[in-house]
Amino acid sequence: MTRAAVRSAGRLAWPVVAIAVVAIAVLVLPLVALVARAPWAELPELLASSAVLEALVLSFGTAILATLLCLVLGIPLAALVAHAEAWPTLPRRLLRAAVTVPLVLPPVVGGIALLMLLGRRGLIGEWLDRAFGITVPFTTGAVVLAQVFVALPFLVFAVEGALRSSDRRTEAAAATLGASRWQVFRHVTLPIVAPGVAAGGVLCFTRALGEFGATITFAGSLPGTTRTLPIASYLAMQTDPDEAVALALLLLAVSIAVLLTLRDRWLPGATA
Amino acid sequence: MIRGFGASLRPRDIRAARSARAARSARASRASRDSALLGAAACLAVALTGCAAPTAADGDAGGPAASGDTSANLASAEITVLAAASLTEAFDELVTRFEAANPAVEVTLGYGGSGALATQVVEGAPADVFASAAEPPMQQVVDAGDALDPVVFATNTLELVVPAGNAAGVSGLDDLANPDLRIALCDESVPCGAASAKLLANEGVVAAPDTLESDVKAVLTKVSLGEVDTALVYRTDVEAAEGDVEGIEIAAAAKVVNRYPIAAITTPGTNDGAAEARAAAAFVAFVTGDEGRETLDAFGFGAP
Repeated sequence: MTRAAVRSAGRLAWPVVAIAVVAIAVLVLPLVALVARAPWAELPELLASSAVLEALVLSFGTAILATLLCLVLGIPLAALVAHAEAWPTLPRRLLRAAVTVPLVLPPVVGGIALLMLLGRRGLIGEWLDRAFGITVPFTTGAVVLAQVFVALPFLVFAVEGALRSSDRRTEAAAATLGASRWQVFRHVTLPIVAPGVAAGGVLCFTRALGEFGATITFAGSLPGTTRTLPIASYLAMQTDPDEAVALALLLLAVSIAVLLTLRDRWLPGATA
Repeated sequence: MIRGFGASLRPRDIRAARSARAARSARASRASRDSALLGAAACLAVALTGCAAPTAADGDAGGPAASGDTSANLASAEITVLAAASLTEAFDELVTRFEAANPAVEVTLGYGGSGALATQVVEGAPADVFASAAEPPMQQVVDAGDALDPVVFATNTLELVVPAGNAAGVSGLDDLANPDLRIALCDESVPCGAASAKLLANEGVVAAPDTLESDVKAVLTKVSLGEVDTALVYRTDVEAAEGDVEGIEIAAAAKVVNRYPIAAITTPGTNDGAAEARAAAAFVAFVTGDEGRETLDAFGFGAP
């Protein structure tokens, strides 16, 4: 190839670039506006209020708990989904659909569904209430459950992707050397997919931290118990837009901090 | 016909778009692809502007919606009415009646917490009329220069509400202080929450709520689903959900009265044509007039 040809091959057609610039504007401009309209002078005061701290602690606590639960539940599920490649079509598709649906579902629908399952008149909830006096909605546990419901697929798909791209022959070798199935999973499979687990865990955490629809529908909104940062921000928007912007900035800062911490290491698509 | 908030394409628009597309497909493939892209962009623009899509551009000017001969002499217009959640049933009915009397006007309704709606109006949501469940959210809109001279058109008071059957045996306001009961209240940032807080303070009750919801209908849903044992909602909400819930009147509630103001929005985002402004003024006059009063009365709202 001539040098000119090389240069033109490396260049994008101008409509592609033009539309991509519009796309960048769509993604970035709202955040720029948020930062531009932030009440910087009153920010420390707004963010130091006890209501905000309460929401912050609750949001972090529940999101961390939800992420841990997702790790415990999600890694084995990811292994099963990856394993299901060898299954007949129907069960394989059903399994995949079960994991995908919460991902594409509006979170509010997830919240309604959880209420129908675990509410006081729900499928399981009614029995839980009668037999043990346990009611799940309006508790911090309900917040965690809602977060797990929406965040689990992110972890499963991240880990499954890592599993599928890993070299299965290492596992086969371990097995032929006499390792049990559990030993293979624990000492060979898990270390191989560790970066996928980390990336999935981060996605899971940020998704749980931002959860709104399922939480407000299923868990309600009580300061200190179920009112997480996104819900506090939504409610503040009704009376005090400045406070809402301050809370939104806080959530944005947390998300960016998470991104920066993991930059170049585990993020999907990032160059290693 | 009442259309959902955000609904945009009517069958007529879709038919027009289809025939236009069919005509284009007869041309050379490259040109056809380009114009199809343009067509898609136009469709998107219509979807984004929603109710603001001008009816005259439909290519169907002979339709009934485009003619001007209506009883109230209102020109063809599409207006958006944003109303407090507690007005849901009453305004559904009011709009049906208003549209029957003014066939050229099409009303799109949006309901929500008054505070959230006020913020939307101030931030430039394309609204022509705003009806709030209390005066502070309306004041917010007036202060922003988006409305002039709001008129109080209805009043409402609170009532205790329990799921049908009242399994928890709730009898009075004091039960709201019982930590063993599941209790829902409106958040103080919305009118029903502010009224609830005032009522509870008046009676010296320290409530133990399990959730503070962002509008009164969300509270009512928690009760009708049986997820909470009791809640404070408006008298009119209890009537609206009769069968699923039971109301318990509280004498002290008569002292905490919510006043509902309505106003036409003076700087609407996209509906700034004169026809829309006249239709909006006509709707406000209709709600505050005799027929409006009669309808609101039927839904349990008090006179201003």
